[in-house]
Amino acid sequence: MDRNSNVYTFIYASGMVIVVAAILSIAAINLKPFQDRNIEVEKKQNILASVNIQADATNAEEIYAEKIVNSYVVNSQGEKVEGDAFTVDLKKERAKPTADQKLPVFECQIDGGVKYIVPLRGAGLWGPIWGYLSLEDDMSTIYGASFDHQGETPGLGAEISTDAFETQFKHKEIYESGNLVSITVAKANETAPEQHKVDAISGGTITSKGLEKMLLDDLSSYNAFFNQKK
Amino acid sequence: MSDKEPLFSKKNLKLLSDPLNSSNPITVQVLGICSALAVTAQLKPSVVMSLSVMAVLAFANVIVSLLRNTIPNRIRIIVQLVVIAALVILVDQVLKAFVYDVSKQLSVFVGLIITNCIIMGRLEAFALGNKPWPSFLDGLGNAAGYGVILIIVGFVRELFGSGSIWGYKVIPASWYIENGGFYANNGMMILPPMALITVGVIIWVQRSRNRKLIED
Repeated sequence: MDRNSNVYTFIYASGMVIVVAAILSIAAINLKPFQDRNIEVEKKQNILASVNIQADATNAEEIYAEKIVNSYVVNSQGEKVEGDAFTVDLKKERAKPTADQKLPVFECQIDGGVKYIVPLRGAGLWGPIWGYLSLEDDMSTIYGASFDHQGETPGLGAEISTDAFETQFKHKEIYESGNLVSITVAKANETAPEQHKVDAISGGTITSKGLEKMLLDDLSSYNAFFNQKK
Repeated sequence: MSDKEPLFSKKNLKLLSDPLNSSNPITVQVLGICSALAVTAQLKPSVVMSLSVMAVLAFANVIVSLLRNTIPNRIRIIVQLVVIAALVILVDQVLKAFVYDVSKQLSVFVGLIITNCIIMGRLEAFALGNKPWPSFLDGLGNAAGYGVILIIVGFVRELFGSGSIWGYKVIPASWYIENGGFYANNGMMILPPMALITVGVIIWVQRSRNRKLIED
């Protein structure tokens, strides 16, 4: 058959597309359960990382079951509402008006006290960034933080997920005499009170500022809940 | 087959070794520069990127070489692109399912393998006109040539830019100015322009050692 005829070209292209589509669909369907499980385990690892427990993929579920003693969903008034904290999709919630948003809270029993863990989600330079922040029971002192990102630049914005950046948050305060001030992610020329400030990442200004906005926005929606708990 | 030659004949071995030096895809053919600049701020993504490109390029070369007598000439570029894209998506899905950490490290760069000029270049220049086995070797060789440069650049940039290798600090903390020392990391190193300059230095060194590569 003439390899340059229109009919051959057409049949060839159609056949190829069908074969490739079939291979990719089969691969996607069969690999999906593994991928979902990885994502779930990773989420548990991230939650644990915010209370300074470094779990790996093999023991994360076990430690999570032991340490995370309670989880529930609140609204922006701080009232408990129905829902499973672990499966709340923050991306969807953030798109809703503030009053309708479901805000997950996880309680962790560690160091002889209860720490409150809240999830965060915001925008970096290239895509979403997210994380978990744990608070002491005074609801102001940060116990630990963990951040992650989808596609920030390695060596620059991606540094937000490193220990060096995350440990800066320990013992910082998000309240100043009863008002939520959150945390400033400061460049060298910015001044902010030491207990409300961490150092930004050089070369990662937009990611750093995105993280600062994420903290302020998301902690604000928990303001009522934090005030109740104090 | 009467012209059967040994699997690792001299000619075949040259396919593997040439791209490492005299026909290196990055320093001599100046292909694939874009990803060489993007992923090399640290050593680890450089290595994983090199391995992923190697897998994709070797298999894409083999597949296109197997199909080479059936591909309609007018849509050959599209056929090549579909083969590459399908392989890259497969690699991405497999990484996500079984080595989730690595997949997160590479994030967007896996997808960017599709646009890597080296892959398209080798399919068009080699696999379309050669048998599967030489094509496989050619793919391995070229990906290795690409990987070597990526790893050198990643090593240099991470060492001088972040003071670490593979994420481990190698510059003693007491050397740093903030701890009373004399040393500071070079912030320029983690920005893409320094990757270009590093590649430039590699090209310079290579050409001063191999005069044949110097153009008049």
